[in-house]
Amino acid sequence: MAEWCAVTGIGQTKHGARRGDVSIAGLVREAATRALEDAEMTWRDIEAMVIGKAPDMFEGVMMPELYLADALGAVGKPIIRVHTAGSVGGSTAVVATHLIHSGVHERVLTLAFEKQSESDTMWALSSRLPFAPPIVAGAGGYFAPHVRAYIRRSGAPAHVGMEVAVKDRLNALRNPYAHLHMEGINLEMVAASPMLWDPIRYLEACPSSDGACAMVLTNEANAGRAPKPPAWVLGTAMRSEPVMAYGRDQVNPQAGRDCAADVYREAGITNPRKDIDVAEIYVPFSWYEPMWLENLGFASQNEGWKLVDDGVTAFAGEMPINPSGGVLSSNPIGASGMLRFAEAAMQVRGQAGEHQINDAKVALGHAYGGGSQYFAMWVVGSEKP
Amino acid sequence: MRDVAVVSFAQSTSFAPDPLRNEVELLLPVMNEAVERSGIPKKEIGFTVSGSCDYLAGAPFSFVSALDAVGAWPPIIESHVEMDGAWALYEAWVRLQVSDIDSALVYAFGKSSIGDTNEILTLQHDPYYVAPLWPDPVSIAALQARALLESDGYSESDLANIVARSHKSAMSNSSAQRTSETSVEQLLSAPYTVSPLREHDCPPVSDGAAAVVLATADLARRISERPAWIAGIDHRIDSHSLGARDLTSSPSAALAARNAGANQGPVDVAELHAQFSHEELILRRAIGLDNGTAFNPSGGPLCANPIMATGLIRIGEAASRIMDGSASRAVAHASSGPCLQQNLVCVLEARDG
Amino acid sequence: MTEPRTEPVRKIRTPIRLDYTMTAGEAQSRFLRQIANGKIFGQRCPECEKVYVPPRGSCPTCGIATRDEVELADQGTVTTFCIVNIPFAGAAVEVPYVCASVLLDGADITLFHLVQEVPVDEVRMGMRVEAVWVPPEERGPTLQSIKHFRPTGEPDAPYDAYKDRM
Repeated sequence: MAEWCAVTGIGQTKHGARRGDVSIAGLVREAATRALEDAEMTWRDIEAMVIGKAPDMFEGVMMPELYLADALGAVGKPIIRVHTAGSVGGSTAVVATHLIHSGVHERVLTLAFEKQSESDTMWALSSRLPFAPPIVAGAGGYFAPHVRAYIRRSGAPAHVGMEVAVKDRLNALRNPYAHLHMEGINLEMVAASPMLWDPIRYLEACPSSDGACAMVLTNEANAGRAPKPPAWVLGTAMRSEPVMAYGRDQVNPQAGRDCAADVYREAGITNPRKDIDVAEIYVPFSWYEPMWLENLGFASQNEGWKLVDDGVTAFAGEMPINPSGGVLSSNPIGASGMLRFAEAAMQVRGQAGEHQINDAKVALGHAYGGGSQYFAMWVVGSEKP
Repeated sequence: MRDVAVVSFAQSTSFAPDPLRNEVELLLPVMNEAVERSGIPKKEIGFTVSGSCDYLAGAPFSFVSALDAVGAWPPIIESHVEMDGAWALYEAWVRLQVSDIDSALVYAFGKSSIGDTNEILTLQHDPYYVAPLWPDPVSIAALQARALLESDGYSESDLANIVARSHKSAMSNSSAQRTSETSVEQLLSAPYTVSPLREHDCPPVSDGAAAVVLATADLARRISERPAWIAGIDHRIDSHSLGARDLTSSPSAALAARNAGANQGPVDVAELHAQFSHEELILRRAIGLDNGTAFNPSGGPLCANPIMATGLIRIGEAASRIMDGSASRAVAHASSGPCLQQNLVCVLEARDG
Repeated sequence: MTEPRTEPVRKIRTPIRLDYTMTAGEAQSRFLRQIANGKIFGQRCPECEKVYVPPRGSCPTCGIATRDEVELADQGTVTTFCIVNIPFAGAAVEVPYVCASVLLDGADITLFHLVQEVPVDEVRMGMRVEAVWVPPEERGPTLQSIKHFRPTGEPDAPYDAYKDRM
């Protein structure tokens, strides 16, 4: 019989373009110590660590779990470093839940980070193999053609992407940790911003951030001793598919649909719109919100954009998406997935402060990475069924 | 805990630098061999997880193309660690404890020949205080070797003995890259690379891959005549600061061995991830192994060192000795980081019935 | 003797340079040698029979080696694209430029390449394009032997012809 897994502590850094005030160790400790404080635990209470981040070229440190062993209080303990591209923050949390579900450990610290100001992000994202011309301009250059394909396929009006961009930045104003705080953001500002990779505009794209996120995961017995209400992990799932394969649908990937079906089944969710109160999903370019709404079953195919257009996903809407401001407002690449998972847990624990959605009892955390090929998701709830 | 066993293992037929094949092409035949030997159809394997390293490959997201070798369609449950495949195996073992999945494919690969690992590995060090000095791994290992020789009554002959034994054992390992019948005297007459280490005290530069299939109890008994049961597995890490620890010992290896139950029975075979000859002396002591154990019958990393797969291969080789009946109980060890900073110990055994 | 520092040290600059000799691999080497000859060869999976270009050494859906070679025309259809306006270090051409997914006739997956010789705002999904090669004496084992793709002038391919291969 698998053990229950609970989130009893959550911490994150103030995300920003350049955290010049901390070293890499300082950045991760900021998140980790906040999570421990939230759980009223000390480093000594933690039995094992699961950390995750994106390619090491972002900081120029190879296998940083080695360098960070002391900073993370890991000496004498097990520490694993997960790397699954952009979904890594999510998959790291999922791997950590396995340590609890399996009974191998009772109290685990999981952490994800990126201090990408240390290196050159666009350079680190681009492959410079000598056999092909360097033409794919970073992540935006890779995803923009698929955004175009979605717009064509769904017939969505051009302003939908801008609506998401405004919504998420307005939400971020309620989140003191968010990188971007764009007072007065509106559709005109987004429309006037430069077109970077047509059809994606500058203000429809995520920032490049330094940041970290950490969570304390425990079994049921330890959750009972925690000072604050835990978030119970009701289900986790991961799925991968190849990057270039015949039959792939990069707009509505099979791996995403399968992953969602799996996590919903585990969590007893039959109607996502009704059963889930709030969702934090990985939207690095604004059009990915309507695309993921379809992929996750919140809307049927080609209808996702209508939920955005009708205000359903707004903060005050019936199905709020990314009340934290999402990846569009803070994007430390390795941490972004875990931030989605953590923000979902914060919602059901009632600790999201100004961006708290009322009566949030069940929340979805979602992360994706690579060429829309890696997916990690969890569902958390305020109650154990 | 659910019982988990190694039911198959495969590795590259040669670990010499391969200028023709890329990582996926090195991995594909190895993966398919391990899967075929397991008797489990590839599409029925429940979980897939790998170990590899971007800095070794010279490209970000270098593990992504390896998925082509898996044939991940329909989409699969899959994960990856930026560590030696031994830690990917640990993740698989944990995943199998959660009872919805009964089998796992673990693989690891790397081409050390495409870059200069003496430069690349310097990036593992503290980026503020140490890495800017570009301290290469051989010099760092030599620091530890010197400390060991000067404090503990070991001599360079002890190192040469380990090398001679390893090269001789490797002659019966068709995959091994370095094999020879050489004497301690001959070895000691070679010049130093970085004193007190000679070239043969250091690992070769290798390209290659390895794969292991794990299965839980009922499945393992159905498909394998003699599975190599994982009796215990644990991993720990020491302080990163080389000045903060006694380099002549490995507390994390000792702790991992104790937690894995290494000494709860006789150890017929030990496969140790000792990339430098002196490391074997430290590990023997840390894990608590004596001359009743056969060390690195495969030849060990001194004879083939495909970084990122070397540790997984230790587990595979130890498991193979169980599966082929030549051992009843074996210890496999994997290591990561400078001077044996992080260590994993896996205890494997044969069981009746 | 320099003045003692009073400001805290907030950062250090440590340039890192690493050289790698990248291996194209057997499958890609065969492909690139033909590119040097001005020909495009995809590889077919013996099991699912899909044609991959550039070849990947292993069929991504079947997990087996793709050895059968298939010569392809150097013409195809733009399935989707974006217009890159933001320059980045080492880019092949100046902005704005079109980076397109091109489905070569006979292939089952698309490849990324440039579309030029047409104003960027006139490029369309479904546009028929052909490769523009560098002069034969300048060709080598790299996709840069194809300078870019340009419109052929044929009518656009119908959406249904490529909508499942974007």
